[in-house]
Amino acid sequence: MSGFAALLTRDLRLAFRQGGDVANVVAFFALAVILFPFGVGPDPDLMARIAAGVLWVTALLAALLSLERLFDADYQDGSLEALSLMPVPLEIQVLAKCAAHWLTTGLPLTIIAPLLALVLHFDAAGYPALIAALLLGTPVLSLIGAIGAALTLGARRAGVLLSLLVLPLYIPVLIFGVAASEAAALGLESRPHLLLLAALLAGSLALAPWAAAAALRQAFE
Amino acid sequence: MQRFANPARFMRLSAMLLPWSAIAAAVLIAIGFYGALFIAPPDYQQGEAVKIMYVHVPSAWLASLVYAVMAVASAVALIWRHPLAHIAAESAAPIGACFTFVCLATGSLWGEPMWGTWWVWDARLTSVLVLFFLYIGFIALANAFDDRTRGSRAAAILAIVGVVNLPIIKFSVDWWNTLHQKASVFRMGGPTIATSMLWPLLVIAAGFLFLFAVLLMLRMRTALLRAKLRALRFGT
Repeated sequence: MSGFAALLTRDLRLAFRQGGDVANVVAFFALAVILFPFGVGPDPDLMARIAAGVLWVTALLAALLSLERLFDADYQDGSLEALSLMPVPLEIQVLAKCAAHWLTTGLPLTIIAPLLALVLHFDAAGYPALIAALLLGTPVLSLIGAIGAALTLGARRAGVLLSLLVLPLYIPVLIFGVAASEAAALGLESRPHLLLLAALLAGSLALAPWAAAAALRQAFE
Repeated sequence: MQRFANPARFMRLSAMLLPWSAIAAAVLIAIGFYGALFIAPPDYQQGEAVKIMYVHVPSAWLASLVYAVMAVASAVALIWRHPLAHIAAESAAPIGACFTFVCLATGSLWGEPMWGTWWVWDARLTSVLVLFFLYIGFIALANAFDDRTRGSRAAAILAIVGVVNLPIIKFSVDWWNTLHQKASVFRMGGPTIATSMLWPLLVIAAGFLFLFAVLLMLRMRTALLRAKLRALRFGT
């Protein structure tokens, strides 16, 4: 557990000292969302109708943007290989990296999302469900993304490849995330969708670290 | 099973099996399509358009089956480090992608007259589309590294991760309300499809299975020969 905490604080410290990374993701998220009123026209009814979908798709792309640096910097300078020699199992290390990634992307996105929802005229009744869905869904994005990031370490054109691998696997999160947010906005029950998102989180929390650790191991060989 | 991991033995065995499998595939597909087009009755609602089923359903089965074969081969390759298993998985991927594409394309052609739309975003169609992208991702990942063995191993892990999609495809029609009809052949309590329509379907599916075996063996033999050629030329 101390190894987990040590790695988590190291990654967070790195993220904050280097700075900019968190701000970049949030700025991308905000800018991409703001493009939509220009793209489809500023009609409030239309905006309210597509708000949940727009927020989720852009949050997904913003999370994807930052995935590449999840392992790559440590892989390039060799510290990942040194880390793999630690007595802490690689699976736990992956979990720590995912936690750091979520704290620097998923959480800021969740915090700023209600503000952007306001700009998009999202129905007020939908806010609690939107935030709950983002809180449950964004960690899944980090966990599934970790598998993709580990698999594409050292590949040619890794960024494009990463999106090709990860985006199809993100579809379930997108479906249930949007469904939960929209159900609440329309005055329907959002609980079943939130429970499915929680199930996705529980499943990926248990399985993704194994796959990502296996992918990391074969990257060292 | 370990005995068959020997490439020389595989070359001998596949050379022996290849012509017979090719004949079986040709005969079964010919009989199946004769039965489907001339003997099986048209549907009372759909008319002759129901005949699209005889391509759509077997390719859908094969699309999932080939993925399962690919995933098992990948697991074998990762656990026992048989290079032949990597070759099997990588040779199966484009074939599976083709079956998936045929399934999606025929489904779309069938959907237009029957449902009035080429495409709907329901669970069955979406999960098969994800399957198609998994095949594409697998092929891209396997070829993305300068070191080929590294690509093979990364792709093998992806194939195993993608197995979660298979039960979703199978049960998507039961878990969600969709336009796509529910399972009518492989279900509890036996098939609900008329025998006159079922037998051509099964014969064509068996033919497609042999077709897959033939294509897989051909591709694996080509891959092995290519590796041998590379070794002769560059001495690696």
